[in-house]
Amino acid sequence: MLRFVSGRLIESLIVLLALSFIIYWLMGLMPGDPIDIMIASDPNLTAADAQRLKALYGLDQPIFERYLNWIGSALEGNFGYSRLHTRPVMEVVGARLPNTVLLLGLSLVLALAIAVPVGIYAALKPYSQLDYIINLTCFAGISVPPFWLALLLIILFAVTLGWLPAGGMGHVVAGSSGAFGARLEHLILPTATLTLLTVGGFTRFMRASMLQTLRQDFIRTARAKGVSLSRMVAAHALRNALLPLVTVVALSFGAMFSGALITETMFSWLGMGKMIYDSILGNDYNLALVGLMFATGLTLLGNFLADVAYVWLDPRITFVSLEQRR
Amino acid sequence: MRMRLSSAAFAALLAVLLTGPTAHAAELKDELVIGISQFPGNFNPNIDSMLAKSYILAMARRPFTVYDKDWRLICMLCTELPDLERGTARIEPTAEGKKGIALTYTIRPDAVWGDGTPITTDDVLFTWQAGREPTTGISNLELYDRITSIDQHDDKTFTMHVNKFTCDYAGINDFEVLPAHVDRANFAEPAEYKNRSAYETDTTNPGLWFGPYRVTQVVFGSHVVLEPNPTWWGKKPQFKRVVVKAIENTAALTANLLSGDIDYIAGELGLLLDQALAFEKRHGDKFDFSYKSGLIYEHIDLNLDNPILADRRVRRALVHAIDRGAISQQLFEGHQPVAHGQTNPLDRVYFKDTPSYAFDPARAAQLLDEAGWDTLKDGIRYNDRGEPLQLELMTTAGNKTRELVQQVLQADWRKVGVDVRIRNEPARVYFGQTLRERKFRAMGMYAWISSPENIPRTTLHSTMIPTADNGWSGQNFPAFRNDELDTVLDDMETECDASKNQALWNRMQEIYATELPVLPLYFRANPYILPKWLKGVEPTGHQYPTALWIEDWHTVN
Repeated sequence: MLRFVSGRLIESLIVLLALSFIIYWLMGLMPGDPIDIMIASDPNLTAADAQRLKALYGLDQPIFERYLNWIGSALEGNFGYSRLHTRPVMEVVGARLPNTVLLLGLSLVLALAIAVPVGIYAALKPYSQLDYIINLTCFAGISVPPFWLALLLIILFAVTLGWLPAGGMGHVVAGSSGAFGARLEHLILPTATLTLLTVGGFTRFMRASMLQTLRQDFIRTARAKGVSLSRMVAAHALRNALLPLVTVVALSFGAMFSGALITETMFSWLGMGKMIYDSILGNDYNLALVGLMFATGLTLLGNFLADVAYVWLDPRITFVSLEQRR
Repeated sequence: MRMRLSSAAFAALLAVLLTGPTAHAAELKDELVIGISQFPGNFNPNIDSMLAKSYILAMARRPFTVYDKDWRLICMLCTELPDLERGTARIEPTAEGKKGIALTYTIRPDAVWGDGTPITTDDVLFTWQAGREPTTGISNLELYDRITSIDQHDDKTFTMHVNKFTCDYAGINDFEVLPAHVDRANFAEPAEYKNRSAYETDTTNPGLWFGPYRVTQVVFGSHVVLEPNPTWWGKKPQFKRVVVKAIENTAALTANLLSGDIDYIAGELGLLLDQALAFEKRHGDKFDFSYKSGLIYEHIDLNLDNPILADRRVRRALVHAIDRGAISQQLFEGHQPVAHGQTNPLDRVYFKDTPSYAFDPARAAQLLDEAGWDTLKDGIRYNDRGEPLQLELMTTAGNKTRELVQQVLQADWRKVGVDVRIRNEPARVYFGQTLRERKFRAMGMYAWISSPENIPRTTLHSTMIPTADNGWSGQNFPAFRNDELDTVLDDMETECDASKNQALWNRMQEIYATELPVLPLYFRANPYILPKWLKGVEPTGHQYPTALWIEDWHTVN
């Protein structure tokens, strides 16, 4: 296992390093920088002002030189200041990361908690009326645009019913007794949005996987031996059926991040998605890079956990076999 | 108050279904929650100018001078404006032998920072010192560079020596005084000042603020909380707490307003006019709406290096061919008046006899015929060399209002035989490169925002044409060259005799309307959506926000 973990770690570091350069390079290719835009909108800015500001923010240096400076400092643990937030990058990311992890984590757990039993149920009663309803609902969840769903939930629960806040994080004084409750209250709608967006796909995979597993010979044998339906599902079919879902969940980390961007924007939830988007558009290299590194890191972690889950779910798979396959 | 989840869901659902949308209590409120669509990147008033910051800071600090809602220059932090006749402004030679000016200001005697420290000339000196340091990151360095020295007469009175005399000498609107007693230590390393300033590291320090309110909580990216400043010397503000929430998505912004999570959408940074009009149609009975058109001038820059547009007859034909009145009425319900030039009719210096161009397709066709575009094939005009009258119109992709106007214009021009192709770009590319480096082939639509009586030197003077040689500085994107206008613009800055100065303004507007380097479209309006219980918010129509007069905002039952 140690060999597998260390291999994975080295692999992740290489991916992160390569990605950092690609991101930096791509951002450098974007036309115009914030100072150019400032010049276009402020008639009082002179060419000298523009040159001075570009030099101040390091925007006048060649892209490779800027990248080397950044990576050099980053390796020493100095990730610099965010140009857009005028704060140390780690402070900005540190404030945002837990919010996104909370939002994504909660949505993922909820989506799985719904998708697995519903998917199993649909597989056990294939082509029944309920199966059709489940499938239809799943397609609706998969097809609905995130911003529209978010808006719909806001209108229903915040505007019409008035049960929940329409967005934000709760502006009570931090640390006060109402802070936790307010945060929780503000978390409900964004979590529901992300959950509804992902649960359809997961349910469909779970149903298909379970359906396939239930057609296996060993299931028929178990049924022939008189094993009850519930025991057959729980003890024999579920583990096998979960394997494809694990892969899908691991791969959906990146997609959930992009879904979080829209959800965070709609609900003014202060997370990483919106921060990364703004920092890329605003040429805030330091922040964009660190943000994307964290996002990539989370995706890599998700994949790593998926591999661990394979070993746990399927006794035929070992860390050695995973290592050989890699 | 709104019902929350803790109540029985079924009972609430039943109640809501029976009673309809949540009604807002009409009782006098202690808290005002304002929704804006942007969060400021920083809080130092001198670093990176952005509207969201100006809006929030207007509640917590005051400029020396500013234009009021009637577009008159007034003192806010000073006692009176310097004046040549009273001797508080004095023309003097600069070290280079040019014409400079010495301006004497007195800080209000009762002006104190939020921690009780008086605002003094020491703060003024520190601001100047920080402002003229190139590595500080202050965007408008020119303002501070023009001040060659400052004499401190006492704690409250100082004289500023400026190396260029202009008639609008009295206004130092952008001179944002900084607290020396708080921030001087952070300026020890000027290059680090933008990051170490107490405005960023200790934003809730009362010593940073001196407005009716002071900042008491900042949740970066989400909201700013302001509470009354006990040391404020003016009229006491009514609200015990003002929360400014940033909600970038405008659909979410309106949903927040309807749900009662915010009380008011600021016109300065809220909805676009068409969004507000649509919202008013559905919820007009629940809110008050105020539309104030002002100094946001929507127009089309013409690239005069394009041989087709170099002909003045074509430029005039283009403006005769478009029905700007119909655009204003149909798309904006008349809230955005047609512009006939870059000077707003509300501006004191506006020339009412400025030539204007009525919607007259027949005249447009005649002008195009005269310009040699007289052969019509498949509805498109051609010249005698067989070249089609084809022009490209660009604007910011994703700006729905502009894209809609663009389509109307395209259809209007098509009716007189002009083939207009639309090519839009994201704002970043369009403003950052295409306009700035004059890469638009024919026409570029966008807006300028300015202050009252703003001399359009940077947009019209021939020395302000962006080129590779001058580092693409200047905003004369059409590349308009007119010797007479150059002289007029130069003279406007230094001719202070009221009637002579007005004559120059008149001439400038005449040349602009006659030569048409730009097609004027309309003056944009900012929509303010206010709760019916909030009164006293008076839109200014210029770049200085309503929040500068927040102490006048009050509730009615």
